[in-house]
Amino acid sequence: MAAIVGYGAYVPRYRIKVEEIAGIWGRQAKSISSGLNVFEKSVPGIDEDTATISVEAARRAVKAAKINPEEIGAIYVGSESHPYAVKPTATIVAEAIGATPELTAADYEFACKAGTAGMQNCIALVESKMIKYGMAIGADVAQAAPGDALEYTAAAGGAAYIIGKEGIAEINETVSFTTDTPDFWRREGQPYPGHGERFTGEPAYFRHVGTAAKMLMERVGSRPSDYDYAIFHQPNGKFPIRIARKLGFEKKQIEHGLLCPIIGNTYSGSAMLGLAAVLDIAKPGQRILMVSYGSGAGSDAFDITVTDAIESYPRQGIRQMIEEKEYVDYATYMKFRREFE
Amino acid sequence: MGVARYWREIPARYNLIGKKCEICGKVYFPPRTICPKCRRKSIGKMQDYKLSGKGTVESYTIIYTPPPEFEGKAPYAIALIKMEEGCYLTGQIVDCKLDEIHIGMKVEACFRRIQEDGKRGAIYYGYKFRKAES
Amino acid sequence: MREVAVIGIGMTEFGELWQKSFRELVAEAGVKAILDAGIEGEDIDAMYIGGMSTGRFIGQEHVGSLALEVAGLEDLHIPATRVEAACASGGVAMHQGYIAVASGMYDIVVVGGAEKMTDVVGGEATNILASAADREWESFFGATFPGLYALMARYHMHHHGTTQEQLAMVAVKNHHNGSLNPKAQFRREISVEDVLNSPIVAEPLHLLDCSPITDGAAAAILAPVDIARKYTDKIIKIKASVQACDTLSFHSRSRFDSLPAAVHAAKKAYEMAGVKPSDIDVAEVHDCFTIAEIIAIEDLGFVEKGKGGKATEEGLTALDGQIPVNTSGGLKAKGHPVGATGVAQINEIVMQLRGEADKRQVKGATIGLTHNVGGSGGTAVVHILEAI
Repeated sequence: MAAIVGYGAYVPRYRIKVEEIAGIWGRQAKSISSGLNVFEKSVPGIDEDTATISVEAARRAVKAAKINPEEIGAIYVGSESHPYAVKPTATIVAEAIGATPELTAADYEFACKAGTAGMQNCIALVESKMIKYGMAIGADVAQAAPGDALEYTAAAGGAAYIIGKEGIAEINETVSFTTDTPDFWRREGQPYPGHGERFTGEPAYFRHVGTAAKMLMERVGSRPSDYDYAIFHQPNGKFPIRIARKLGFEKKQIEHGLLCPIIGNTYSGSAMLGLAAVLDIAKPGQRILMVSYGSGAGSDAFDITVTDAIESYPRQGIRQMIEEKEYVDYATYMKFRREFE
Repeated sequence: MGVARYWREIPARYNLIGKKCEICGKVYFPPRTICPKCRRKSIGKMQDYKLSGKGTVESYTIIYTPPPEFEGKAPYAIALIKMEEGCYLTGQIVDCKLDEIHIGMKVEACFRRIQEDGKRGAIYYGYKFRKAES
Repeated sequence: MREVAVIGIGMTEFGELWQKSFRELVAEAGVKAILDAGIEGEDIDAMYIGGMSTGRFIGQEHVGSLALEVAGLEDLHIPATRVEAACASGGVAMHQGYIAVASGMYDIVVVGGAEKMTDVVGGEATNILASAADREWESFFGATFPGLYALMARYHMHHHGTTQEQLAMVAVKNHHNGSLNPKAQFRREISVEDVLNSPIVAEPLHLLDCSPITDGAAAAILAPVDIARKYTDKIIKIKASVQACDTLSFHSRSRFDSLPAAVHAAKKAYEMAGVKPSDIDVAEVHDCFTIAEIIAIEDLGFVEKGKGGKATEEGLTALDGQIPVNTSGGLKAKGHPVGATGVAQINEIVMQLRGEADKRQVKGATIGLTHNVGGSGGTAVVHILEAI
């Protein structure tokens, strides 16, 4: 199949602690943090949105992969917080990385898995020789209504992947599992999403992620122990740990890619940022399982093997980037989210 | 602002594409059509030139009284920046504490929202600057 | 070229003139100047009127025609031209009037300047004033007009050791002078502490480092010196009228601690007038911000580059100093109706040279200078006047 030629990740530098948010609403921070396994989340700067995060991630990917951006034949940006309802984010990215004008581009939306849907599309276009390189981005500045449970996790960040014929990691297989399951949504024109509370668990996240992972392993004939790393979508810090255990993965396989406890849920960026953190440390020959999840609902699963080329690839150091942070209080968070405008 | 006016500046605002005079080699940003040194000799010889995005703060201010387009964004930092290529430009400095900014600080370009045409209009993106990573 | 004199001056009170419209301001200043000169409407050959942004402040362009109408001179069908060079619009109108008379094209010319700034709200005024900067490459990115002067201030402080207190002293001095000027917007004394404790507009500039939003108009009547004798004994000759320009954007200039256009205009003006900076008895300079006056006295050669802050601190430019600067209160205290400022400066110098400046009179002043700047230094106009 196709390969990952390069990747780039971006997380805004601002953080808000769960206890800061909990304090505003008179909640017990400790119980929320331990219940979600999330301690702080990233906050976009006042001038950041899905387009700027996508551009930052895309530029890092192009720079590290050392490819000519004009050879990128497709750009897909997956997000549920595109700055425009009509007018693509992908064209902004294409222009900002110098990929225009000979390419196809589109925005995707499938809750938190629109970015991996873009990856699958890029794989198909590369495989069919329609394009040389494709770029798939998953990025969000996730919305949450003030006071809603989502407010503790809805974060900002994104990752960009360049897909081509050969690269730093071979994509061996990808499968998807999709049903109509309304566990989480945002209606047209509404600023904040709604959700089915506990319904988002078993019939939604666990069923889709679990089934997609099993389908993939069945397809390629692998077992959990065959993987050095596994990344599952991270709506909170607990769900990916539970699904990993259920599927038979060990903690050490998932801990490096688990970023949610320190940055929150970056929605379309979540699994793809987790993969970036793993690629930052992966060695040639290591095998990675990634399963995304998008409410509504569906999961895309990927079986990936790291190649020798990773040795000479300038790693991103996503965890170091996350360490470069500045805490903001709730009022500043609201100002940065442009809630007062 | 009509969108055409924004759209035609996209190359310069997104990617710092300035002009280089083929005659004397001087780089200009914002882009110029005529090199003030070579003047008529430079006509038709001003080539697109992409700046590295790296520069040094020569002076700065913190804006507390913003114009209407920047309402709700203050305080923010505006700097006079000398680019690696020798030209100067004006831009915001973001992603650092305002009291960290100083003359001589090394900065690099990043991609941000600059302003928007109200809630219903277009969003204008472009360069701002942050502390240089290296 | 013929020698040119100012034979009449007139201006409105400066301030927030809620009752008065743009056209009333223009009429009032114009009529006062015409009466002061003792000319008849029929004597007037042409009018030049400076206005920075009438189109955005009051939604009215074509104010040359409007000025003719409010003066009641439409039956004469004389040419009336609006002149624009941001905050130097008034100075440039003076320069145009000077050229018209000196060339022999016209004999009696009315020069006016006016701005009605309070018909829009504060934020809108900030935005309009920012159009004096480069809209695409400065204000687009959030640079305000005070912001650009703040960049100059910080640069000057860093390279020349100018202090925040020295900046404040410019405002303190000009408020003192303004307290002696019945037409000034601010007729109250302030202290250095008042300036430093006022809200920050664009660091390091505080609110009291900035000139205010002002309504007002000013006018001057120009005539060849030999014709001038027919109307008045108090002839104030224009010894030099020089306009110089530079880049629109501040970042494209060759220097950041100086306005090269002002340096150029001053140098040429001294040559044209045959005088030295030390010959100047009184000066009105463009203190749109306190830093601007410090840079101006350096650019004009009153002090060495970098010494403007110290000189202000030592009282060189005070009313009783070696070169009194901004005896009117300057833009800071007298007020800054942008298009009117350049002509209002001429009003003050003419009053000083005629000995009519009352409590703020500089004793024995015979040579005076005006320094009017557009934008962050894209245009500079210097006039040197002498009582003959």
